[in-house]
Amino acid sequence: MDWGAIFNNAAGELISPTTAAYALAALGLAVHFGYTGLLNFGQAGFMALGAYGYAISILTFGFPVWGAFLVGVGASVIFALILGIPTLRLRADYLAIVTIAAAEIVRLLFTTNAFASVTGSANGLSGYKNEFAALNPLADGTYGFGPFENNAYDTWLGIVAWSIVILAALFVWQIMRSPWGRVIKGIREDEDAVRALGKNVYAYKMQSLILGGVLGTIAGMIFALPRAVVPSNYQTTLTFFIYAILLLGGAATVLGPIIGSMIFWVLLSFFSGFIARAVEAGWLPFMTVVQGSQLRFILVGVAIMLIVIFRPQGVFGNKKELAFVR
Amino acid sequence: MKPIQLARRFTPRMIVILLGVLFAALTLSTFSAGSAHADEVGTEYEFALSGNVRFNGDPLEGVLITAQGGGYDAEVETDAEGKWKIGVPEKDTYEVTLDEDTLPEGVVVEDGANVFQAEFDLIDSVSVNFFLGEGTRETTSFFNQFLDRLVNGVNFGLLLALAAIGVSLIFGTTGLSNFAHAELITFGALMTLVFSGFGLPVWLAILIAVVLSGALGYTLDAALWKPLRRKGVAVIPLMIVSIGLSLALRYVYQFFFGGSTSQLPGTGQADLKFGPISISPIDIGSMLISIIVLLAVAYFLLRTRIGKATRAVSDNPSLASASGIDVDNVIRIVWVVGAALAGLSGVLWAYFRPGVSWDMGFQMLLLVFAAVTLGGLGTAFGALVGSLIVGIFVEVSTLWIPSDMKFAGALVVLILVLLFRPQGILGRKERIG
Repeated sequence: MDWGAIFNNAAGELISPTTAAYALAALGLAVHFGYTGLLNFGQAGFMALGAYGYAISILTFGFPVWGAFLVGVGASVIFALILGIPTLRLRADYLAIVTIAAAEIVRLLFTTNAFASVTGSANGLSGYKNEFAALNPLADGTYGFGPFENNAYDTWLGIVAWSIVILAALFVWQIMRSPWGRVIKGIREDEDAVRALGKNVYAYKMQSLILGGVLGTIAGMIFALPRAVVPSNYQTTLTFFIYAILLLGGAATVLGPIIGSMIFWVLLSFFSGFIARAVEAGWLPFMTVVQGSQLRFILVGVAIMLIVIFRPQGVFGNKKELAFVR
Repeated sequence: MKPIQLARRFTPRMIVILLGVLFAALTLSTFSAGSAHADEVGTEYEFALSGNVRFNGDPLEGVLITAQGGGYDAEVETDAEGKWKIGVPEKDTYEVTLDEDTLPEGVVVEDGANVFQAEFDLIDSVSVNFFLGEGTRETTSFFNQFLDRLVNGVNFGLLLALAAIGVSLIFGTTGLSNFAHAELITFGALMTLVFSGFGLPVWLAILIAVVLSGALGYTLDAALWKPLRRKGVAVIPLMIVSIGLSLALRYVYQFFFGGSTSQLPGTGQADLKFGPISISPIDIGSMLISIIVLLAVAYFLLRTRIGKATRAVSDNPSLASASGIDVDNVIRIVWVVGAALAGLSGVLWAYFRPGVSWDMGFQMLLLVFAAVTLGGLGTAFGALVGSLIVGIFVEVSTLWIPSDMKFAGALVVLILVLLFRPQGILGRKERIG
């Protein structure tokens, strides 16, 4: 059993851009669910809009990086408005069903053959990385040490991704301490009380939906940069994983989503590495390697259930600040 | 036929036409399964298929040609001179198809030979010519297509209703939006597959599967949901628990059954023709079973004591409890009945799709939710109405939108309904605080 490789891979996940992307998406969800109490089950849709908005802007329209970034963000603002206008006045579970449906609509629109020339249909898009790589100030070569050793592109992407995550976390931390944030948390605790104080609850919810959605969209762009954009990556399961991360770390916290994402990815990588090698070594004779990779998803599902039942505030959360009040 | 000269293609007129075609294709692409076209694709490859589409000496523009083979496919539209060219990566056998829908009215490919097998031998370019003649194609009229889709839609709607009633009753009695219902649907189909695999007759396998589904519903309630209700866990955490359960169960299925799709016995029987409607005996059976079971459920809810108790709990659990109704017992029955109906719905869904796979229930789940929301959350008969609307809409909409988008259409309708009548079609206004 090659423990070194297993630990190396797992440790590498700690600061990988993918971990950063999940952390940022979970932070957006923390704004929605943890702070405002909005049940957004369409975070995968926001991420897909970011990834496709960025890739299509560059590939089809030849936009520069900042232009493509703005297109993605703009698309997610419009998406949030479309989602919010019919549902934010309704009970929480309506928003859940509509967001999950809207995210599926987005994914189906990107999957259908009708727009294959722009979206690449089920095969997705690739070849949009050069513009971002061209901004790289680092010289060619490898950077970092041990499990964190990467080539210039990945190092550059990692620096940008984690800088965005840190900036976003600071922003969310500050805005939740502001008067605006207190209203938002008030809406979570008792919507009618906030309304009685003369606040426009609908507008605050909409702003929160847009803010969290934009964070999800930027996460989608970061998620797309180390790989290709494939529509099957943006299934509902992605949203569920982000919920798992958020619940793990603590829904109404700023550090929770980030640490949650690190724990999630390190454990997932460690577990799949361990199972794959254990199967190869013949320790688990009743299992194939493919089955081993499915076992981790079973565990993610069980973990979601256990956290919600036994530690609903997550690792870092405060029991007084629960998102589940209703 | 000579390959088209490159120099000739970039006259201003050509560019204007090309842009025109592109623009037309972009605007039309919403409605047809085409993509943006040029008259020449795959120019980076050294081998090419080409041709010239003419009718009575006049070139035909905008005729869609597709080539497929060796894992490669491409499509092209003829230019103003009727010419087209498709570059291909390898010397392989390609199936070249002329889309008859893009021919002008009154023109057809003679002898229906609109598919051509093109083979490369020594040369690098193969010319493919279609022989066009006058005539009319035999197409099904719009109304007949509509009827056929409508019957399919009713069938789909009925099987959706079986699953939706369970979701709606569980929501009504416990307030839980049960995402794991998808896995109850899959469970029925998988168990039918397992027991028919043991050599049992299909009807017996289905019966066992439905009974086992009910047992699974009972177990889930007894082992998971009842303790959580006792613990006083709120509705939204319960919903997230159901999401976790759904994820875990779905991958348990994949763990044991793999990622492939298998067929239940009797799938793929020849269609019977009733005028314009073609329908297989399985579809007829499926509809009959759905209708009988739905009538039985309606009788149960409206006429029996326990059914009335169910509706009472659904309406107001505390009031029902105060009037001496055993709420826990009602919820248990709702779980058993809901799970059994979901299992049956899964079997019918396996015949409708067709095929049994580990994530089949999840593919249907959002449509079930759409149906329940459309009809009014928590109302059993609303779920039935919503399901029929969703089922018919999904099938009939394929007349206008590409079939890989049909589920999206139903979900768009869901969002629109919430915009104008948020309580659903049969829902009451005070339900949505």
